[in-house]
Amino acid sequence: MYRYSEFDHDFLAERNAQFRAQVERRIDGSLTEDEFKPLRLMNGLYLQLHAYMLRVAIPYGTLSSAQMRQLALLAEKWDKGYGHFTTRQNIQYNWPKLKDVPDMLDALAEVGMHAIQTSGNTIRNVTADHFAGAAADEIADPRPYAELLRQWSTDHPEFQFMPRKFKIAITGSENDRAVIKAHDIGLQLVERDGVLGARVIVGGGLGRTPMIGKELSEFVAFDDLLAYLEATVSVWNQIGRRDNKYKARIKITVHENGIDTIRAKVNERFLQVRPQFKGADMALLDEIKGHFAPPAFRKASVASFESAYTNDPVFRSWVDTNIAPHKDADHAIVTISIKKHGQTPGDATAEQMRVMADLAEEFAYDELRISHEQNVILPHVHKSDLPAIHAKLKEYELATANIGLISDIIACPGMDYCALATARSIPVAQEIATRFEDLKLEHDIGHLKIKISGCINACGHHHVGHIGILGLDRAGVENYQITLGGDGTETAAIGDRTGPGFAYDEIVPAVERIVDTYLDQRDSAEETFLQTYRRVGMAPFKAALYPETQANAA
Amino acid sequence: MARAFTPKVVTANDLLEGDVIYLTEDDRWSRELSEAELITDEAHAQVRLLDASRQTSKIVGAYLADAVAGDNGPEPTHFREDFRRTGPSNYAHGKQETSPQPRA
Repeated sequence: MYRYSEFDHDFLAERNAQFRAQVERRIDGSLTEDEFKPLRLMNGLYLQLHAYMLRVAIPYGTLSSAQMRQLALLAEKWDKGYGHFTTRQNIQYNWPKLKDVPDMLDALAEVGMHAIQTSGNTIRNVTADHFAGAAADEIADPRPYAELLRQWSTDHPEFQFMPRKFKIAITGSENDRAVIKAHDIGLQLVERDGVLGARVIVGGGLGRTPMIGKELSEFVAFDDLLAYLEATVSVWNQIGRRDNKYKARIKITVHENGIDTIRAKVNERFLQVRPQFKGADMALLDEIKGHFAPPAFRKASVASFESAYTNDPVFRSWVDTNIAPHKDADHAIVTISIKKHGQTPGDATAEQMRVMADLAEEFAYDELRISHEQNVILPHVHKSDLPAIHAKLKEYELATANIGLISDIIACPGMDYCALATARSIPVAQEIATRFEDLKLEHDIGHLKIKISGCINACGHHHVGHIGILGLDRAGVENYQITLGGDGTETAAIGDRTGPGFAYDEIVPAVERIVDTYLDQRDSAEETFLQTYRRVGMAPFKAALYPETQANAA
Repeated sequence: MARAFTPKVVTANDLLEGDVIYLTEDDRWSRELSEAELITDEAHAQVRLLDASRQTSKIVGAYLADAVAGDNGPEPTHFREDFRRTGPSNYAHGKQETSPQPRA
């Protein structure tokens, strides 16, 4: 785990003191809202539908138990007893009072956390594979590099007033769990001739113009990577469109100029920038790597795990669904679902946060992760500890065995909280989860990702959901468009629209018809929804969704 | 003929709490839409919005929202304003914690 240096501490203390003074001046009337708004946004403070919202970064999704306990404290002391984990590895507090926010930021600083650059036209929280450092399939832990990027991008003088926001994701594995192709820059660690570097993807993004990222470079060695990324952001910062907010993201710049032109410009800029990087970044990276040294994985018998697996069907079901392979064969990666059927996806109470922190401290080498899929992960667990963990999770409604299944839904806050939303997403997620729980079909359906956004900005990643749902306002009524076949992994694809949208009370039955069609069409129980869709195409789903249209056409 | 003016209320968020508030006829800020001044004249609406927008040390982001007269004062015409006057639908938080007003 990264521990703040004295520089980090001092920097944060100064920023928090500045913001405290800014809040005071806003409250006493010496700052207008127009003056204050950019200042609060620089510190992650939004004003939403019903209240302020504080967005706190969880860099590369990694937390210690002390940090998780502090997040619980914030929820309890200054909010309504819960927090909302987001698709960008942030936590959002939905109800802070303006005067309390400086105290919240100071409390975060105590555990080396902040809300800087969680808003505004800056480089946002750098996200990473939530299995980083633990996954059996990774080349290297991407988090040291992600921490280097955090330090590089935080308060970077050239990148504070960019055309638009800028999001970076990084993975150390070819199996992409970090959605790197839907980020402004996506990095995949690659080794070449014994040298570690990254494949650089650029220009991905969702929102109103969804694009799959394109390869900018197949390999940049770590020595050159920071200079290369600085060159890339710098090129966009200069030629990115500031005339039109909707055309300002780098995906549009890449699309309009073509990847080859962008690559040539980046290479040209890289040659100018490169001499400024004299190896200090690599020295820093080496130091950071020390913070992320893997724990000494303990050796013990896994017999108790095997006997529980054989004898306890509830435990077995949870293991089959929520456990992923660890690089150490006697260890496992545990995904804790914070999506019990009918609950708000991504919400955890202060009590649940403390329970997860306690489990991390006792059983998981003091580490937790937050996934972009809005769940919590214990990345390193010895298999013999799984029964005890499962028993504890059950007591706190955290043992739902639904990871990767139809009720493991990503949903943005939607119009229940968000000022930008055009429709609700949370109740749609709740109702889909409850409906399929009632049908007892979830495990039979198997791997299926539903992602819901309450507006075109696509925080809920609907374009890359196997089933994507987008909530819109159609003539003053909530209306939901469906896309099928989206994919957020290494085989990334934007989903295809089925046709006209569905009213609020029609959307759950529509999803049910899609799932019925899949169950009917799949060639075996092993063929996943996405595989079936890719094989049979849209037609049978369309026929099930719009029977009247089909009848009229016949 | 000019299009008929849809009645409006002046609404904003409270600076300190962030809560949704409405301008009343006697120049208070109420947390209840039902207490808001329902403005039926376009010119008057603009004046009231100007009055509100000047109160920068109390409120944030004043605007005119469509409303209609109901049995107990103004009612929202759009679901967004209905959510704003009520609170989120996943928890009984916000105005639902303190307000007797039932969800429409």
